Amino acid sequence: MQPGDNFEPERFELREGPLYHFEVDRREFFCALGAGVLITCLSSDAVAQTTSPQTANPRTIDARIHVADDGTVTVFSGKVEEGQGARTELAMAAAEELGVPLERVRVQLADTSLTPDDGLTAGSRTTPGTIPAVRQAAAVARGYLDAERKAKTGAPVKAPADWRLLGTGKWRTDARDIVTGAHKYPSDVAREGMLYGCVLRPPAYGATLESVDLDAARKLAGVVAVKDGDFAGCAARTSYAARKAVEALAAGARWQTAPRSSSATLFSDLREKAREKVAPLAGSTHAATFHTAYVQHAPMEPRAAVAEWQDGKLTVWTGTSNPFSVRDALVQAFHITKDKVRVIVPDFGGGCGGKHTGEAAIEAARLAKEAGKPVKVHWTRAEEFMWAYFRPAALIDASAVLNRDGVLEAWQFTNYNSGGAALQTPYRIARKQEKYVACDAPLRQGSYRALASTANNFAREAFMDELAAAAGRDPLDFRMAHLDNERIRAVLTAATERFGWARRRKEKRAPNRGIGVACGMEKNSVVAACVEIEVDPRTLTPRLLEIVEAFECGAILNPANTRSQVEGCILMGLGAALREEIQFENGRLTNGRFSAYKVTRLHDVPPKMEILLLDRRNQPSAGAGETPILAVGPAMANAMFEVTGKRVRSMPLR
Amino acid sequence: MAMIRFTVNGEPRSLETEPDRPLLEVLREDLGLTGTKYGCGEGQCRACTVLLEGRPIVSCLTPVQAAAGKKILTIEALAAGGPLHRVQQAFVDEGAMQCGYCTPGMVLRAAALLDQFPKPTEVQILAALDGSLCRCCGYPRILAAVRRAAGMTTEAAYAAR
Repeated sequence: MQPGDNFEPERFELREGPLYHFEVDRREFFCALGAGVLITCLSSDAVAQTTSPQTANPRTIDARIHVADDGTVTVFSGKVEEGQGARTELAMAAAEELGVPLERVRVQLADTSLTPDDGLTAGSRTTPGTIPAVRQAAAVARGYLDAERKAKTGAPVKAPADWRLLGTGKWRTDARDIVTGAHKYPSDVAREGMLYGCVLRPPAYGATLESVDLDAARKLAGVVAVKDGDFAGCAARTSYAARKAVEALAAGARWQTAPRSSSATLFSDLREKAREKVAPLAGSTHAATFHTAYVQHAPMEPRAAVAEWQDGKLTVWTGTSNPFSVRDALVQAFHITKDKVRVIVPDFGGGCGGKHTGEAAIEAARLAKEAGKPVKVHWTRAEEFMWAYFRPAALIDASAVLNRDGVLEAWQFTNYNSGGAALQTPYRIARKQEKYVACDAPLRQGSYRALASTANNFAREAFMDELAAAAGRDPLDFRMAHLDNERIRAVLTAATERFGWARRRKEKRAPNRGIGVACGMEKNSVVAACVEIEVDPRTLTPRLLEIVEAFECGAILNPANTRSQVEGCILMGLGAALREEIQFENGRLTNGRFSAYKVTRLHDVPPKMEILLLDRRNQPSAGAGETPILAVGPAMANAMFEVTGKRVRSMPLR
Repeated sequence: MAMIRFTVNGEPRSLETEPDRPLLEVLREDLGLTGTKYGCGEGQCRACTVLLEGRPIVSCLTPVQAAAGKKILTIEALAAGGPLHRVQQAFVDEGAMQCGYCTPGMVLRAAALLDQFPKPTEVQILAALDGSLCRCCGYPRILAAVRRAAGMTTEAAYAAR
């Protein structure tokens, strides 16, 4: 077994509740779809079943396909579309197996009244989990519809060699609606008589509401105000009026606050608050400590929800990657039964792991209940920064025993706070001790694109470079000498050959320029990147001039989208490498706005960017939206060493 | 409250509202034009871009009274039921969207650029779009789309950088 095969879901993504076998009223289906054939297919999520015993949650994927009498095909999936390309990929999978044109396939996503519960959309699970189930169901449908064969079971899915649609590049099927502004995101949903809501936020983390004067808001025209436990908010005819009403509430609100920690002492705090101490590696010859900052997803569309109560039933439109869990949260919050709640997730404006929760849904529903009218809550950017959650900061201790022959004999690697993904080194080392240690964290933390694997891979790949230098070896040769995994070797070879690594290592470079390499493996896909950077001699900050990244995720289903995901990952990772760092002081964010928290911009895009996709048709398809983020940070850190002679051990890089 | 009169997407509109309300909210909430997006409220992401007298502005920071008596164009009217504007078509052809939430603002910025400079240089394209944020970081495809709309080859664009 290769490292990485032993897939372990992120602990922060273990939010999936029990597996519900959602019962659907068949009449509801046929009312919506007209006469036809409905195929339901249960298939096991093979990878999820290989999780370690304590996290094992063997589940089935419940794929449903409806073929109407007019030939229209509808695929039902509980997955969501947030820009990662699931909708198009699911349509392609069904069209391929049914042998129908892509245009004839409609995809119904994430509606708790219509679709099966496919759990959370996260962890690059749609491609290896849901797609095979949909293909299987579509293959069964094809067999069933074939009057000659009448085969209802055991219809084989097409071999990749026979693919006509899968493996070709397709863009979003609803692109026209996007470019014309016609697509309705959750924040665009409007209902008859709808009001706009605004929530009274605490001044700092941990502050509790002692008292608030609702009359201050209620005396404003057309304002509904409510306080319920720690929640207080208003709804009004416009967002403007709702904001004014909440300002009136805030003026008279009394809060109890307690001192909170600050980002200035973050890493010493994490070490102090580690729930376990790890004994140092015996005989260690090299040791280093790495830091990665708290960062935020900051999706373009902040959290939004529209809630409507009708005859005791609640319908919520919201942007979340976890529709069934949000439904359950609403059930719990309002003490009602599951059949009384429907959560609909329109394709929304980005998440990258940041929308696993349903805060806006609960807030909108509470206000709507009070108002007796539908209410929309759309978080401001400031609210999104402060009250969403963060990718956890990481403190990582790495140490090793490097012998006189330049061979790694022992390895110790401890991640404090950020998680265990990609904790295991892919390099061949006889003695290894790799551990994740939880800490009492100062901020609310959760999933993020590739989550902990970014920090773990950064520290490991930066440390490998230090060890290569200590051994007097070229960074690429040193890695290869310790690397058995053929897939990682292949992407490393592809990226370095294309980049001209061996030649460029020997060449004299322009002043302040350096090159670096890094690789990684996660969620059953592999990546390697070579970069050239320029370091500003005054500020010592890097600029990315060139990146060549090779990525392999098995058989590629939609190369156009895979390429977009790889490009997006590199550039999102670049923001965290260059600048992104959440700062906080005594429970308040001090840079929670785009003018202070500088995400990747157009001018950061390197002039040269080359993506090499290695298509392995004989390998199962893996997701492509996460792993490609892993290499850019460490490759740039390693390139900075070449320029400055100083090791960079933190992200942002400095 | 004040009576505000302006022209939106070719139609004269008048409405009574607070004069300091952001134009963005009036467009979205009063006129139902939700193609214009809220992204940050501080003019830093440009998702809320509309054209005021043909010039791109951030509608989140523009009080509605500043638009009184003026012509506004939102994303809904760029194609106006007809064939797509060449920038829109280029975004479709180049797959220049992931979640697509930034797309209306990007498209309007690019359309305004091409109005001003039908054959923009690479430097002009970068300058026109640099402040528009895309958190999917789909910038390479967005650039490819704008270059395509401008009739520029990718090779020529790289040579210019």
